[in-house]
Amino acid sequence: MMDVKPLRQICRVPRLPLFFFGKAPNLKHGKVLKIAFLCISVKVFALHLGFTQRLVSAISDHSTLLDDGIGINRFTKNQARRLMHNHYRAQTLLIELGRAAISPVQELGRAAIFFFHGVLNLFSLPLQVDKIVDQVYFIGAKSIFVICLTGAFTGMVLGLQGYYTLIQFGSEGMLGAAVGLSLIRELGPVLAAIMVTARAGSAMAAEIGIMRISEQIDALSTMDIDPIRFLFSPRLGAALISLPLLTAIFDVIGIIGGYVTGSALLGISPGIYFGRVETSVLMQDISGGFVKSFVFAAIVATICCYQGYTTHLREDGFGAKGVSFSTTSAVVISCVLILVSDYVLTSFLL
Amino acid sequence: MTEPLIELKGVVKRFGDNVVLNGVDLSLYRGEVTTIIGKSGTGKSVLLKHIIGLLVPDAGDIFFNGQNIQTLTREERRALKMKFSYMFQGNALFDSMTVYENVALPLKEKGRTPAPEIEEHVRDKLAQLDLSGIEDRYPSQLSGGMRKRVAMARSLVTDPEIVLFDEPTTGLDPIRKNASLAMITQYQKAYGFTAVLVSHEIPDVFYISQRIAMLDQGRIIFQGSPEAVQKSDLPLIQQFIRGQVPDNIRNALNEL
Repeated sequence: MMDVKPLRQICRVPRLPLFFFGKAPNLKHGKVLKIAFLCISVKVFALHLGFTQRLVSAISDHSTLLDDGIGINRFTKNQARRLMHNHYRAQTLLIELGRAAISPVQELGRAAIFFFHGVLNLFSLPLQVDKIVDQVYFIGAKSIFVICLTGAFTGMVLGLQGYYTLIQFGSEGMLGAAVGLSLIRELGPVLAAIMVTARAGSAMAAEIGIMRISEQIDALSTMDIDPIRFLFSPRLGAALISLPLLTAIFDVIGIIGGYVTGSALLGISPGIYFGRVETSVLMQDISGGFVKSFVFAAIVATICCYQGYTTHLREDGFGAKGVSFSTTSAVVISCVLILVSDYVLTSFLL
Repeated sequence: MTEPLIELKGVVKRFGDNVVLNGVDLSLYRGEVTTIIGKSGTGKSVLLKHIIGLLVPDAGDIFFNGQNIQTLTREERRALKMKFSYMFQGNALFDSMTVYENVALPLKEKGRTPAPEIEEHVRDKLAQLDLSGIEDRYPSQLSGGMRKRVAMARSLVTDPEIVLFDEPTTGLDPIRKNASLAMITQYQKAYGFTAVLVSHEIPDVFYISQRIAMLDQGRIIFQGSPEAVQKSDLPLIQQFIRGQVPDNIRNALNEL
């Protein structure tokens, strides 16, 4: 405790100068820390100063240049060169700024077009039933084991946590409601979608990405086969079919998991547990959960296929590296979007 | 002289600062085999990809039967694509499908040919290219030459009117190479198809093609009959078809 106090004191703003110039505080390795901190601060300050100055001069020069027309004759050669340089820098800065603003919007638009193209082709004749069935097997059937496993443990830990929280209020009989509602409304759709992203989404991104870099997608278009229809539509359809079903399995297994810890291990009567599940869960909870899982399915399939499909457009890596980046961003973006859209959907559904 | 089937006028393509095609003018005639020769990296594959529409020129126009393909509607473009077939330099076989599925895919996806007919067609093509018995293998289980021939079978299975071959014989042994080139000639006689080859097989391509075009530094520096190529007095062409090493490289090698 003695060590903590001075550290807190020096962090207060008024005492900060003392940290630099005053007596070494009562701290181990105080001097080294002090010097390092000083160096970093000076560096950051200098960088900041330099950047601000450059920015201001660049922008002001840019505006004089714009005001005067290109009045280079009135300057000496050096001045003109500096002016042009700053003019160019300001332009680059503005271009960079514009690019940073436009490119995410553009990307979003491309992904949306990709999605609608896929949806339209999902229903265009002839229906690709055999491909959808193949994908349902891959995305759905092969995920059942991992969904059961995660569902069981999620339900069990909910039972455990819920029991010890509820027993403080003497209402451990409500455990069934707590486990059932949290699973059906939130955890079921979200965790099932995240597990499908991890298992099937990453595989989609990698497979389509490799097809892209080895020109297989180009080969499809030379054969007059629409690559989006051929690759994305069946996966989208299969995800829309599989994910709600996987969510249902997750929910049921989770509720049984809650029973295992709550009733079998901690002794709540099974009748009360299941009775509570039955009375508290309404149809709208279940349908809300299903709406979520449909949306998540569309998100996972679209993002993962889109990332793979645009591997060749990546600027951060080519070839095998490009595929690895595509797979990473497919999983990361899918998971983030699942959680963000979950919040948005919940606020509408509630 | 007849009207060209495909005509490229002033086609320019840049990748960033790298100008690959710098005003290519090229005419391809119906029923002829045209071979594009040129050093590696001069943009021969890029040129082929422009013809089939995988790449769009930055400037210049491509005409098909006198019609600019940029102005075609989507339906017309699809109809045009059906006539084409493309054999990629890197084969671009679907590596998670078997050889049979690979070759059958263009027919199967169209959905117009009944299944037994597809099977007959595919087996015919595989037999012609000496590939019988490997239908159930995957591309990664085949040798490089076999993959090349599977890619060729796939590009010919739809009986296309125009086929673009990107180095169809590179890496084949002399017997298979001659068989493949003979097959192109046979197809030309039987179906009257138009073929564009990118090939380094000099002098073999002189015997099977009616026109030779040489691409250098983003331009077509010569086009004409094989005889005209051999008689041409352009030093670049003579150097290329004889495989002479330029002086600057020879000097660099002598310094080793």
